[in-house]
Parts: sequence; C-alpha cells; structure tokens
Amino acid sequence: MGNVIGIGAAPKRKEDQRFLTGRGNYVSDIKRPGMAAGVFVRSPHGHAVLRGIDKSAALAAPGVIAVLTGEDVKADGLGSLPCGWGISDAKGVPMKEPPFPMLAQGKVRFVGDMVAFVVAETPEQANVGAELLKIDYEVLPSVVGLLEAVRPNAPQLFDDVPNNICCDWELGDKAAVETAFKKAAHVAKLSLVNNRLIGNPMEPRAAIAEYEPGTDRFTLWTTSQFPHVVRFLMGALVLNIPQHKLRVVAPDVGGGFGVKQFHYGEEAVITWAAKRVRRPVKWVASRSEGYVSDRHGRDHVTEAELALDETGKFLAFRVNTLANMGGYLSTFGPNIPTNLYGPLLGGVYTTPAIYCNVKVVFTNTVPVDAYRGAGRPEATFVLERIVDVAASEMGIDRVEIRRRNMIPKEAYPYQTPVLVQYDSGDPMGCLDGALVAADVKNFGIRKAASASKGKFRGLGYSTYVEACGLAPSRFAGRLGARGGLYESATVRVHPTGQVTVMIGTHNHGQGHETTFAQIVSEKLGVAFENVDIVFGDTDRVQFGMGTYGSRSLVVGGAALSKATDKVIAKGKKIASHLLEAAEVDIQFEAGKFSVAGTDRSKTFEEIAGAAYVPHNYPLEVLEPGLEEQAYYDPVNFTYPGGCHIAEVEVDPETGTVTLVNYTAVDDVGTVINPMIVEGQLHGGIVQGVGQALFENAVYDEGSGQLLSGSLMDYCMPRADHLPMMKVATHSTLCTHTPMGVKGCGEVGTIGSPAAVINAVVDALSHLGVTHVDMPATPNRIWRLLQNASLPVAAE
Amino acid sequence: MKPFSYHQPDQIPDAARLLTSIEDSKLVAGGMTLIPTLKQRLANPPALVDLSKLGSLKGITDGGATITIGAMTPHAVVAASKLVQAKTPGLAALASMIGDPAVRSRGTIGGSVANNDPAADYPAGVLGLGATIVTSVREIAADKFFLGLFETALVPGEIITAIRFPVPLKAGYAKFKAPASRYALVGVFVAKFADGVRVAVTGAGSGVFRVPPMEAALSSNFDPSAVAAIKIDTDGLTSDIHAEADYRAHLVTVMAKRAVDAALS
Repeated sequence: MGNVIGIGAAPKRKEDQRFLTGRGNYVSDIKRPGMAAGVFVRSPHGHAVLRGIDKSAALAAPGVIAVLTGEDVKADGLGSLPCGWGISDAKGVPMKEPPFPMLAQGKVRFVGDMVAFVVAETPEQANVGAELLKIDYEVLPSVVGLLEAVRPNAPQLFDDVPNNICCDWELGDKAAVETAFKKAAHVAKLSLVNNRLIGNPMEPRAAIAEYEPGTDRFTLWTTSQFPHVVRFLMGALVLNIPQHKLRVVAPDVGGGFGVKQFHYGEEAVITWAAKRVRRPVKWVASRSEGYVSDRHGRDHVTEAELALDETGKFLAFRVNTLANMGGYLSTFGPNIPTNLYGPLLGGVYTTPAIYCNVKVVFTNTVPVDAYRGAGRPEATFVLERIVDVAASEMGIDRVEIRRRNMIPKEAYPYQTPVLVQYDSGDPMGCLDGALVAADVKNFGIRKAASASKGKFRGLGYSTYVEACGLAPSRFAGRLGARGGLYESATVRVHPTGQVTVMIGTHNHGQGHETTFAQIVSEKLGVAFENVDIVFGDTDRVQFGMGTYGSRSLVVGGAALSKATDKVIAKGKKIASHLLEAAEVDIQFEAGKFSVAGTDRSKTFEEIAGAAYVPHNYPLEVLEPGLEEQAYYDPVNFTYPGGCHIAEVEVDPETGTVTLVNYTAVDDVGTVINPMIVEGQLHGGIVQGVGQALFENAVYDEGSGQLLSGSLMDYCMPRADHLPMMKVATHSTLCTHTPMGVKGCGEVGTIGSPAAVINAVVDALSHLGVTHVDMPATPNRIWRLLQNASLPVAAE
Repeated sequence: MKPFSYHQPDQIPDAARLLTSIEDSKLVAGGMTLIPTLKQRLANPPALVDLSKLGSLKGITDGGATITIGAMTPHAVVAASKLVQAKTPGLAALASMIGDPAVRSRGTIGGSVANNDPAADYPAGVLGLGATIVTSVREIAADKFFLGLFETALVPGEIITAIRFPVPLKAGYAKFKAPASRYALVGVFVAKFADGVRVAVTGAGSGVFRVPPMEAALSSNFDPSAVAAIKIDTDGLTSDIHAEADYRAHLVTVMAKRAVDAALS
C-alpha cells in the first residue's frame, strides 16, 4: 500500500506519466468508425457583404459529402452563438447584442469568420472541395483600431449599433471623483495601449462529433475547458438538443489559457453536420487557422488620471477605456473589460474614490474574450504604471509612494469603492519580501556595471491584487452573468477503499489530477496512488462550470473538500454502528475511525467494505454505499496578489531589452503542492513577460488582414528570453474558502507586465522617457531613443 | 498538402532530367521552406525531386586556399566543422545562428542559397566571402548569382552541387534576429582578403547586397570605428511590422561594427 501524500507535499504529477510517455489522449488522437473530415471555409476579408455561395463545383468534387453554409443554418432554424454575460450602461440600457451566427449570414465581419463547412471522406478531399467553393463577396472597408472604430464616419459592423459601441459601461462614483480631483495637489495622467494578444495553446483546437440514430444521442469531443457549459450553451441555445441527448467530452487538452473556455461556432457546426451526414465528422485546426479564429485577448486604449494630495496619497482615480470586442460578442466577451477590470482599479491601495468608464467596441477583428488574467492584467497595468508616473512627477520614491497608499494588513477585510471586498492580504509583507529577494539594495552596483558596458539598467515594481475563484453566483448574477459559477464534486469510495473523484473543473495542464488527489489523500488518509480524478466528460461527471479564472482549486477544490467531509460524516455513522459507540464519540484521523478514549477502531477500508456489504449495517437509518456529492458556491472572490520586481538591461544601440532578473513574492493562500504552484507562477510570469516585451497581434487598418498571422511574425517568449526567476510565496489565508486557498493560475500574468514596463521606463528615465507601450520591442525602444531628450552616444 | 509524385534519384544527371522533364517540379534539399509552403497549400508542384540520395553533394573539403561545401551539407555540420572553424570561423558562426537546432539539422547550404530568401543568413556569407556557386552545368560567381527577392541566376534544370569559399584573412558575421522568426532582421558579413574587404548585408532589403563605402573604409582600416559613421540609404530597405526602413538602416551600421569586432576577436 502506498503513502498518504497530503497538503503541502510536492509529489511528481500523476498525469505526467501519460503526457511524458506519449500516451495522452487528445481530441486529434481519437478515431471513430466511418469518420469523415471537415474543413471550415473562412472569410479572407475583414468586412464584406456575402452575396452568394455556389456549392456546385465543390459538391461535385471527389469524396465531398456535404457543403453547409449560413443559409442551411437559417433553414434549419438554429440559434445564434450565445453570450454568457449581459452588461448594461449607466442608465440600465442593455448592451447591443447582435446575433453571432455559427456560419456567416449576410455579412462577414473579420478575417476568419466562418462561411462554410465542407465534409468529405478525407481531409485532402475536404480541402479540395473548400477551394472549389465560389463565394461572391462585396468587400467593404474594415475598421480594426479602437480610436478609428468610434469615429463618426467609421465603417459600421452592424446597422443597429451606432458608432460600433456595444455598451458604454461605467463603475464608481463619478461626482466624488470629480470633487477629489478639484482638491488634488497633483494629477498624474497617462495614455496607454494594452496590446492585443493571441493565446497559442500548444494544442490547436479540434472537435469530433457523432450522432447515434438508434438512441438519438450526440457526442461531441472538443478541446474545451468546460464541457458542461458547452453542452448547455450549444444544446439548449444553439442546436436545440435536449441535455440528456448530448454528451460533451473534453479529454486531454493541451493548454487553454482561456482560448478554450468559450463555446465556439465550430463545435455547433460539426455537431449539427454529424447528424446531417450521419457520419462522425472530425476537424482539427491548423496553427494558422487558430490565429484567425481562436478568441484574442486584451486590446484596450486607455486614458487614466490619478489625483494625489501633497504627500502623495491617492485621492481619486479616473479611467476611460476603449475595449475591443472584435466582430461579435464571444461567450464572456463583454464581461472581461468591465466586471473583471473596473473592480480591480483599487489595487492594493486605499484610493477612496474611483470612476471607470469603458466603451465596449465592435471592430473587424477576431472576437476578443478572456485570456489568462482576463481584465485584471489590464487593470493592474494601468494602475501600476500611473503610480510610477505620479511618483516620478512628484519626486517620491516608487516604493515609498506605494507604502504610503497600501492597505495595511490589519485593515482587512477591506471594502474598496469599486464593489469588491478583499477578505485578507498583506501587500506590505509581499513588498518587503520581494525587496530582499530581488537584492534591491545592491541595484546601484548592478546599474553601474551595466553602464560601464554602455547599457541602461532599470528596476520595475508591481504591487498588485487580483480577484479570482470565479465566482459567487449571486454577485455575478447582479453583474450580468447568465449562469451560475459554482462547482461540483463527487467522491466515490469503492468497496475496497480506493477513491474516484468526479469533478466539474477541467485539467489541461494545471496538475489537478495531482493536487486534488493530495486533498483526498490528506483528508481521507488513503494512499495518494489510490485516488483518481475524473473530469471532462458530461456522461461521467455530474455537472461543472469548468476551469478558468483561477477557480479550479478555489471553487472545485472547495466542492471536493465538502464532499469528502460528507464521506467522513457517513463513515462515522457506519463506524458508530460497527464499534457500538455513540456517533459523537467517533473520531476520524489518519484513515481510522476510532472511539474516543479507547483503542477500538475501524480502518477506512473496513468502513468502505461495510458500506457495500451491509450485512452488519444500520439499514433502517442509513443507505448502503459510500459516495457523496457536493456543490459549492463561493461567498466572495478570492484575492491573491503580491509584489513582482523586474530588472532589465537595455542596449541603446539596438533598442533590445533583456530581462536580467525577475522576482515574485505572491500571496496565494494555502499552498497544496508547492511544485505546481511554482510552475503556475513561472508560466504566468512568462506569459506576462511575453505581453510586455514580445507579443503583439497586428491588424491592417482598412483591409482587416491579420499581419501577425503566424509564429513567424507573432513572437512568443522563449527560454532564452528569460532569466532564472526567483519565486516565493508570502501567504495569508483566505477567510472564506474551506482550505484557505486563493488560486494561483493567473497571478503571474497579472503582476508581470507592469513590473517589466516599469523597469524599462526606469532604465530610460534619465533620457526623459516616461512611458513605453507594450510590447517593448527593439524597434520601438530605438525609436523612443531617437526622440528622447538626450542623444545616444555612438560607441 | 496536395498530391505530388516523389523521386529520389541517386545521380545528378537523373535529378536534372526529372527537373526538366516534369514541368513545375521542385527540388527538395532540406525542405525548410518548401515543406511548410506545401503544407499551407500555397504551392502545388506535380513532382518533388529529393536530393538526399546524392551522396556526392554532402561534405566539406579542404582545398587549401578554398573550402568547398557540398550543397546538401546541413547547417549543423558546417557549424561544427573543425575545418571551417579553423579557416573561416565567421562562416561556422553564421551557420550556428541559423534557425533552431531542428532547422540546422535538416536545412542545407544549397537549399538556402538556391531559395535566396531576403532574410536568410547564407547569402550574406556567400556574397561576403565572394564564393563560387558550383552547379550541375557551370560555376557562378556570388556577385552574379543573387538577383533579388527569391531570384537567382539558376536556370531551369540547373542544380547547385557545392559552394566554394575562398579562405579570408579574417571574417565575421553579426546578426540581429527578427524576434519571432529568428531570420535576420539585419545580418552583416564582413571578410578581409589580401586585396580588400567585402561587406554583405542580408535581411535589410529585398535581397543580399554589398556596401561599397563600408568596404572602402574597412579596406584602409579594418576596425569597427571605420564603419561607425557610415549610414546606408533607406531607399530599397524593407519596412514591416517588426522594423521600419530607418531602423534597419541603423542596424546595418551597428551589425557591421559588430561583425568587424567578431572578425577581430
């Protein structure tokens, strides 16, 4: 028998056995009998009227089984792709919500918009069929930039959405903020762009759908972070398939980062097609196809103003943002730059008045939705940048101005002026820890050493907090959520004492099979190896909202903890009977039920056995079996945060920024598996560094073409871009989650962009540089230096 | 990928015959450009003629005052060659900077030179060293070989068999990598010979080119300072989402200095 491996231990990940030996089971590994191949035909234009599609040559091509278009969707009376959040403006007027047909009808609105689906015997035949479609487009001018899209004469995506504005959203006390600005000793101002990103999970999206006429049941295998939500949205709202007739399976999934937490049109089309052609149909995206169809992230233009008194205390913060939605509303689209952005503008500071206006805007680009961090990196970037600007303008040290405004540890729980109440935290403790870990006191020596080589060295801070563990359903409902955000877990104890957990979150790289097994191993005292975690199949798992928003451990882990408690409670009843003692006298510890104050006990396995072979069992009052289920709806968000310190070196000759040191001290609450937490922090930081220094999705204004359409032009961070990182935790416990956990999936991505850019600006501040937009590419830095106040000395 | 016929001749004349007899057929060397193009269905050749069975096209030979590198020699072999490292370390260094380990293991010098990608590294080395391109039918001087964007002096059916490099007194290569692709945003190869210096630039324009003012300056003083003040004209230089022409022009000067530095170190 193996060992208990519990909370705080760092076993190797269970799932890596299959991943590292090539035995994973991804959607594209799956083959179904009689499977046909599907190819999506996508718009090559950013904006065009779809005048007609001639299918005849395609249908006549060898092997082509079917060609489906928006007209067929309409004829079959299918629904529009739903948006899961409905936001409203200040007057309560709901957002404009134009239909998002799964295959374009009447118009195409971005390069990559789906126009047709070709099904054939082989992928090659489907590709040939796709090339034979004759599509008549009347090309219209595209608008891709936010400032351009809201201009009076801009191309209009939808006739009934004037100025392309989906919603003019606001949060906070506008009047109080205006009053505070009038009293301010200093106002810092900053205009910035939060660059558009492409998620790039290692596994491209894919789907297989199958229809069984005998049972009238559908099965969809899809690369999804939330199969139950896909079943609900697609079955109930798009295809009109009853929930009990639809199975959605998300098997091993190779990374998500948000890209796979939406219900995509491809899923609906392929499921619908499978019934029409009475064959299983498979589609696997290429990387290039992913670039023009995976939902993009970020893409804001922001004007921010911070009012301060003469001592540098923040009096009020005002933020006006334009946020890009792309061509249609994706599943969570309008929620990201509003509800997940505005409430974070308080940061770790005591700013008493905050006002935020966000205009949510349609453009001829891929729909924009959640990408790791989702709204919180954007908020953190605005706030942590303007704090540096204010410090510099007022001549206050950047660490000192943060200290003067930070929420002290003893002030928690802390109610911000923007909806959220932080339950716990210690931002000052994280800052102090990071200052030591980053060896800030010797930075001057390192800066001088860089200067002697002709390089500029800079240090950047980001002291931040985020809101995750999505989400308290009632709170979310008030903000416009159209679904619940709880999680569920079933703990099935087998007659022999081994345990299978069915949980509604989805593991696509986060190590859930390990972390969740550790929780069960700790709580039930069963061996780590005797616990399996099942997820990603609506026929096997009762229900679930999936994995995103750093919610799996916080919300799913809480459900698992509750279900495990129920198992223990029932076990105590069984033990009370077997040990002939009062239930209140039964203790459970280290896998044993015992009678307090005696040496009489039963092992967990004995109790499990008794539950399934109930010969000596209180059948009159207790059901046989040992399987318990719990749903958990959180009472609040969780608020992980911390302090990140980036150190960069800039080569003024080429403009190259090199990240030379990186330190993060984060408060993630209780740590279940420190190795996995460290990995999440590393990965998160690298994604934030990618945004700060390398990644940029660029569209061509007018044509709507994606210019950064492949990995040849879209720069992902690589191992040789990065230093060894110093990552540590300084945790306070969450006061409302069962285990005190806060979540760690996104903190790295949220804290890091501001730290890196603050470091770049610091390195160049002696030249009069006050801001650098992301990504800080060599070309951009060189150009800034050409325009900077001091000439760059030639060698 | 669209269907095509596939041939693996073991004699150069057979390869040349296939190439001329099947219209629009393509040679495959390392396939580093061709295979992705086929996968994206951007090319539809009826036949591929794979050169990998032509053993005589592989390997590096010492000709005393020259080094001859077979067309099918992968970059990794050139980078690791003791002979190239000893006689022309700048060329070995160039080969070590191409792509990534997978590309260096598959990609070949002949394929790179024949493709003449405007941002490829080898054209800078070949032009900078004044090499000779040896083909199945003739020899072509580097100065007459590279004709612009993906264009060369090769005629239909002509196959590069080797590149013959004169051994310089000193040579160096400096490359500013495009952040995503790691092709040369700007790459500069400098080579010093008894009769003068050659400077070749890749990545900056529509094809590899020489910089006579830098060559003249370095011929009288082979030192980074000699080129530090020489700016090249932005006319004809590339502007794209990664770098505008003026930045590329600036980088030519910076990389020229660093290439001379590398040659001297």
